[in-house]
Amino acid sequence: MYGLGILKGMAVTMKHFVTSYLDDIFWASRGGRYYNDDALAVRQSLEGKGVITVFYPEEKLPVPERFRFVPFLVTDDPPPGQKWGHEWCTSCGICAKVCPPQCIWIERGKQPNGRPKPEPEKFFIDIDICMNCGMCAEFCPFDAIKMDHDYELASYNRTSAHIHDKERLSKPLSYWREIAPKKAAAEAAARDFAEESKKRKKAKKGEDDGREERLAEVMARQLAYKGAQY
Amino acid sequence: MSEMTLEAPVAGVKDHSPEATIALLKERYPEHISDDARDGYEGIIVHPDKIVEISRDLQSELGYNYLASLTGVDLIDDNKLEIVYHTASIKHGGNPLVLKVQVDRDNPVLPSVTPIWPGAEYQEREAFDMYGFQFEGHPDLRRILTWDGFHGYPLRKDWREPFYEEDNKPFGSRWPGGEVFRAEERNLYGKNVQYPAGWMPEGDEIEAETDSYAGITYSRDQSPDIKTEKVTINMGPQHPSTHGVFRMAITLDGETIMGLKPVMGYLHRNHEKIGERNTFIGNIPYTDRLDYISSMSNNHGYVLAVEKLMDATVPERAEWIRILMVELTRIANHLWAIGFLLNDLGALQTPMLYYYIERELILDFFEAASGSRMMCNYMRFGGVAYDLPDDVRGQPVMKFLHDLIYERLPKALNQGDQLITGNEIVRARGMGVGYLSPEDAIAYSAAGPVLRASGVPYDLRKANPYSYYEHLDFDVAVRYNGDIYDRFLIRVDEMQQSLRILQQVLPHLEETEGGAINDGKPQYAIRMPKAGEAYGRVENPKGELGYYVTAKRRDANPARYHVRSPSFINLTALEKMCIGHKVADVVAILGSIDIVLGEVDR
Repeated sequence: MYGLGILKGMAVTMKHFVTSYLDDIFWASRGGRYYNDDALAVRQSLEGKGVITVFYPEEKLPVPERFRFVPFLVTDDPPPGQKWGHEWCTSCGICAKVCPPQCIWIERGKQPNGRPKPEPEKFFIDIDICMNCGMCAEFCPFDAIKMDHDYELASYNRTSAHIHDKERLSKPLSYWREIAPKKAAAEAAARDFAEESKKRKKAKKGEDDGREERLAEVMARQLAYKGAQY
Repeated sequence: MSEMTLEAPVAGVKDHSPEATIALLKERYPEHISDDARDGYEGIIVHPDKIVEISRDLQSELGYNYLASLTGVDLIDDNKLEIVYHTASIKHGGNPLVLKVQVDRDNPVLPSVTPIWPGAEYQEREAFDMYGFQFEGHPDLRRILTWDGFHGYPLRKDWREPFYEEDNKPFGSRWPGGEVFRAEERNLYGKNVQYPAGWMPEGDEIEAETDSYAGITYSRDQSPDIKTEKVTINMGPQHPSTHGVFRMAITLDGETIMGLKPVMGYLHRNHEKIGERNTFIGNIPYTDRLDYISSMSNNHGYVLAVEKLMDATVPERAEWIRILMVELTRIANHLWAIGFLLNDLGALQTPMLYYYIERELILDFFEAASGSRMMCNYMRFGGVAYDLPDDVRGQPVMKFLHDLIYERLPKALNQGDQLITGNEIVRARGMGVGYLSPEDAIAYSAAGPVLRASGVPYDLRKANPYSYYEHLDFDVAVRYNGDIYDRFLIRVDEMQQSLRILQQVLPHLEETEGGAINDGKPQYAIRMPKAGEAYGRVENPKGELGYYVTAKRRDANPARYHVRSPSFINLTALEKMCIGHKVADVVAILGSIDIVLGEVDR
């Protein structure tokens, strides 16, 4: 019959139409379908039915741990009364070299005698150029640069607000632990592991089992991160 | 598809491998063919005088009837320019046969191969645009990606872009000096452009506009008794149905299309030059931005090419993860493509948004795995960047994937089938519209769903298998009518096949749980262990995506980085498909090709 295909399609549309209301009714006695974190979690999961839209900015999707948006610099947790602790960055320049669009500028610190100091004097990221690829965080050997989860960076002035300096970039370790708890814990474990194996190596001094140990270290790190860092 | 029309019988030729074919060619043209003796290079160097004849032999007799890629290379050290042809055999598959033609850098004249492969038209125009090759016999040799008044050839090694800093990244100013600046502050706008000597900008000195229309005033008198006038109209670049900033100059007789010329390049950013300035690893996030709907596949093609150069091996788990990602990308892309095709046909938003529900789930998974929904930047040389995440949207990852692959996606395809396949309007608008014959599809170098909807079962996953595809059980989807409706159906078929593949991949992922995902320690500063060239090709959702990468020994940057983008080359056949149809059909035909302007314009 001509027109059957259209009718079949209309049935699908009708089903969607009805489902969206059924879901509203289901959530009515459970705190409402919208502006409700429980409902949002279900709506966005595989069980989501009906209208799955998120009412941004009133509702926001939780971002996964690996979410990446404009890097920040990790510092020690600040001592009381201060905003930041000691920078983890040693200004080795790996992030600046690996950065695909070259948006990182680092001025290496200098000791009074003119030799380089493992600390950045200045650190800039032009977030207009940054493409959020996460390579800097991936290849930083000191866990000192990490990708942020704060994606609301709109501002009124691009020339003054969009080059982030060291002050703007620095965030304490506690912040990183908060936004990426699993990853931060794994990184801490890997750092401890590395520290320990270094000590052990020193104690043993030259016995020829270095390779096995290194392999174990690599494996441990990979498992810890579930990533390919280091 | 009849065998005769596609493949003339080859007398006495048994072995269709590139090596055997090259040996045969060498017998015929001993004077004009020499081996490419450079370290790490393959194929033959052909004398410019004989390239047309050799191409004809390959196309009509020897089975290499598909021109996969054509690109220029600047050999500035030898003061030469080179054109590299990758030809493939539709019937026999296998590795591509590589031909090269070298010409003088100051006088780069060579014959065009468009009479044999019409699909070379836009690729030759691009080579002219980027390198200044003069193709004799080309029907319409104009600039294609840059604007018509452009001065210089941007991919030549001695050409410098307006905000030029250094030849290669990483730039010295970033570390340890670290003097921050904006490119536009150091090099002010207006002072960053070079004009030809004696050129006075007035605004109306370029006749490019009239030129672009001039090529399409074909005379075809439909009704000699009635005096009619042809009208040339402009469609785009701000047209909502052109999928981005794409423009077509169309000549009409009434409502009927007599000629069509695409005008593109509005999104051109010289991706290839950026790629040559960039480090090897720095290119991976840039490939995301080509076809931004399917960034995982883009990563895959590029890492395959560089892995060939590096001789890297990929651990088993990483291969399975790659296939998982790439096939999910294919589904996400086709859901998008069908949604937009229906949008173009007038089914505004509804089917598209229904399909998006499932696409969202796939993107959620990508976000959890790689950190970004679309700009995944997930693959690395020798593996992938991260293992699968622990959980996605509150569910363990394997359960999420299982539910997605076994329940949600089949259900969505089924629902789409009910919604669209039988719809009389879709059938009326799609059937018989935008026909492309199998012969034309091959000649125009069409790839992917466009080629397969025309009845040519050519899929790189089968024809020239990479990764673990040869161990997987799936069919090459093929449809025979070559119209819009079949191009819709073939995408549905391909999604079904992708689901089949995904179902086979899941157990392997469980088996290899905890295995290595990368080949050794990832390096941030890769230096090529040896010189050479590599052509990495993958079956992107839109067609054959190829990366032609060459490198010098110990270099950290590619010497040549070319992207054979399926969207761009599929557009070559657009005019062929559109002629004789109505304006409203152009939109649908374009939608059925499924282009992404990030990839067309590069």
